[in-house]
Amino acid sequence: MPIQVLMPALSPTMEKGNLSKWLKKEGEAIKSGDVIAEIETDKATMEVEATDEGTLGKILIPEGTADVAVNTPIATILSDGESADDLGKAPAPAKQEKAAEPAPPAEANASASGGGEEKKAPAAPQTVSQPDPEVPEGTEMVTMTIREALRDAMAEEMRRDPDVFVMGEEVAEYQGAYKVTQGLLQEFGAKRVIDTPITEHGFAGIGVGAAMAGLKPIVEFMTFNFAMQAMDQIINSAAKTLYMSGGQMGCSIVFRGPNGAAARVGAQHSQDYSAWYSQVPGLKVVAPFSAADYKGLLKAAIRDPNPVIFLEHEMLYGHSGEIPKLDDFVIPIGKARIVRSGGHVTIVSWSHGMTYALKAADELAKEGIEAEVIDLRTLRPMDTDTIIASVKKTGRAVAVEEGWQQNGVGAEIAARIMQHAFDYLDAPVARVSGKDVPMPYAANLEKLALPSVAEVVAAAKAVCYR
Amino acid sequence: MAAAKKSVTKETGHGQEKASGADSPPEFTREQELRALRDMLLIRRFEEKAGQLYGMGAIGGFCHLYIGQEAIVVGMQMALKQGDQVITGYRDHGHMLACGMEAKGVMAELTGRRGGYSKGKGGSMHMFSKEKNFFGGHGIVGAQVSLGTGLAFANRYRGNDFVSLAYFGDGASNQGQVYESFNMAELWKLPVVYIIENNRYAMGTSVSRSSAQTDFSRRGISFNIPGEQIDGMDVRAVKAAGDRAVAWCRAGKGPFILEMQTYRYRGHSMSDPAKYRTREEVDKVRHDQDPIEQVRNRLLADKVSEQELKAIDAEVREIVNASAEFAQSDPEPDPSELYTDVYR
Repeated sequence: MPIQVLMPALSPTMEKGNLSKWLKKEGEAIKSGDVIAEIETDKATMEVEATDEGTLGKILIPEGTADVAVNTPIATILSDGESADDLGKAPAPAKQEKAAEPAPPAEANASASGGGEEKKAPAAPQTVSQPDPEVPEGTEMVTMTIREALRDAMAEEMRRDPDVFVMGEEVAEYQGAYKVTQGLLQEFGAKRVIDTPITEHGFAGIGVGAAMAGLKPIVEFMTFNFAMQAMDQIINSAAKTLYMSGGQMGCSIVFRGPNGAAARVGAQHSQDYSAWYSQVPGLKVVAPFSAADYKGLLKAAIRDPNPVIFLEHEMLYGHSGEIPKLDDFVIPIGKARIVRSGGHVTIVSWSHGMTYALKAADELAKEGIEAEVIDLRTLRPMDTDTIIASVKKTGRAVAVEEGWQQNGVGAEIAARIMQHAFDYLDAPVARVSGKDVPMPYAANLEKLALPSVAEVVAAAKAVCYR
Repeated sequence: MAAAKKSVTKETGHGQEKASGADSPPEFTREQELRALRDMLLIRRFEEKAGQLYGMGAIGGFCHLYIGQEAIVVGMQMALKQGDQVITGYRDHGHMLACGMEAKGVMAELTGRRGGYSKGKGGSMHMFSKEKNFFGGHGIVGAQVSLGTGLAFANRYRGNDFVSLAYFGDGASNQGQVYESFNMAELWKLPVVYIIENNRYAMGTSVSRSSAQTDFSRRGISFNIPGEQIDGMDVRAVKAAGDRAVAWCRAGKGPFILEMQTYRYRGHSMSDPAKYRTREEVDKVRHDQDPIEQVRNRLLADKVSEQELKAIDAEVREIVNASAEFAQSDPEPDPSELYTDVYR
């Protein structure tokens, strides 16, 4: 039977176009792939190629015709052995949407598959966070620096799983730019502790590729400021592949390194990326404060089958804390911790922001205000339940972060409190954050640009109307 | 596009090590010719059908067709062994079919249906198959080069002798991460073949308007990576070059660059203005160098009957038509799939 050639669409939004030119005449032989006509819209020109072989039977739309609706039959092709007499019998080709209704393809497909009406998006799944592991009574506590806790976490996981390796600038022979990988080269050798050239975009991509092949890389960025160079591989390749592959291929990878402001290193080395990464579905984002959390959460991050951004803080590397001496001390990702209980105001922070929060709580206590201080620890998935439970108790909240305020994590915390605990609030949620400027170098200006204990105290008092 | 075959020799401290092979491509056996014909035809008919479905509005968004370049993936695939990996950019349908992925699953992904390789969540540029060692389908120009180098890194880490093929175009060749990857691949002797599919145009920008060094086989010189320029319209030349490059990598000598000189008959994507080159130029390549016609003519000269070739044509059409049928009748993903596969 003769085959109809339809007016094609140049793009999913095209509804009609001009048939500018016929390149084949009626009766002419046509091979698959031959250009038979040219069509155009105001945006582009396109060649119509034959996908079937035979003879051009009849031209239904003459050249020069304007505004031909998409999917209108424009010609018929006769197969071998057919003649012009068969023309009347041309069937509609396999699938033909009505030309008069050039619906956007998504909707057209929906009707083809039987569900034309616009469906409401299903509810987003709730994340259930696991509690911290039980530390048995009488467990020996070891005091160590956060730097050492990180090193131990990596070493333990590398002993446990031969697919785990560390790569980054100066991680091996130099022993880590901040000495976090000290001793790893000596224990695990150059095969698993790999010095890279200064080439963040490239080695992040190599890490993600290795993870797609099933390895479990720990990619150290000397600082997260340099990871800006690698952002495309982190977001587009690491975070999205599992989804884009329908769950077939993902990557278990940790990107770690110091994040945020150190001291007097200027604007390009002082940015806090908490908000940037925690916006992205597909990533988990961890930003601990205590030594024990650094160790337990890094171990969890390395074991996690998803890409994890592990934000450390240079100002904390030298801080010491007690870590339970257990064979396998792993803290689940996704659970906040109430570091200090109180009934008057909730202060939420994470990473180095906790130093301001805790000192402010001490100050506030002297004035009779008992603050409940929550260490988020994980920014994505965010433990909203712990925040909300606390705010329902205190009725007041302050979010503290070193990053900028616009679209910051504090803004997200405030929005969630408003959404889930509006009726419990006795005052608007306050935010204390880094100032809206690139980080200055001068010591006095830098101090002003960062949050301070005094600002947290003032904010807490303000929401308490004191 | 001359029937090029030029090699960049490798300068080492110990004199020259030449990586190239014979001057004219070795003949294929009849069996190889028939396989090449069938595999190339499958890609061409598939792409023609995809173009048609796009025109009907059944395929949305982007759709980059591989028509004209079929000899590259088919020839390279003939040089691989089970376990070798393939990764490419956004013009990826041909690569998937060559890897043995099913036409049905690829077409259904193009139409965004649940039976697609990514359950309809990826689309034209994002399909994967663990089973067939195909690692995507990547939409950011050049990203697959670092990722493919990472696949090679994993092979080296595990101490196996698999090789990864990282395909990219003349346009991607100007991305910075390509050279970051070249550097580390040679530094660490990673078994990766970089295949530059030079189809002369990055979207609408010709090579001469975008590239200071238009001989892409030389792009690895400053990293000591050997390279060859190959007639990418001759599947035999591609296969022979693939054999040399893959052997080099398997032997632990590090990466290898193959510049495949080729041509895309269709536009960059479906909405291509077709103003940057003449129809005469396109017609001339199609007429003089078509990779499929080359094989067909050799087979006819070798006394294979028209009948036999028609049977191959019919078999391929059948597969493609069935895939189009499935891709239009298979349901869209269930709404409950919206939130799945974000984390595992």
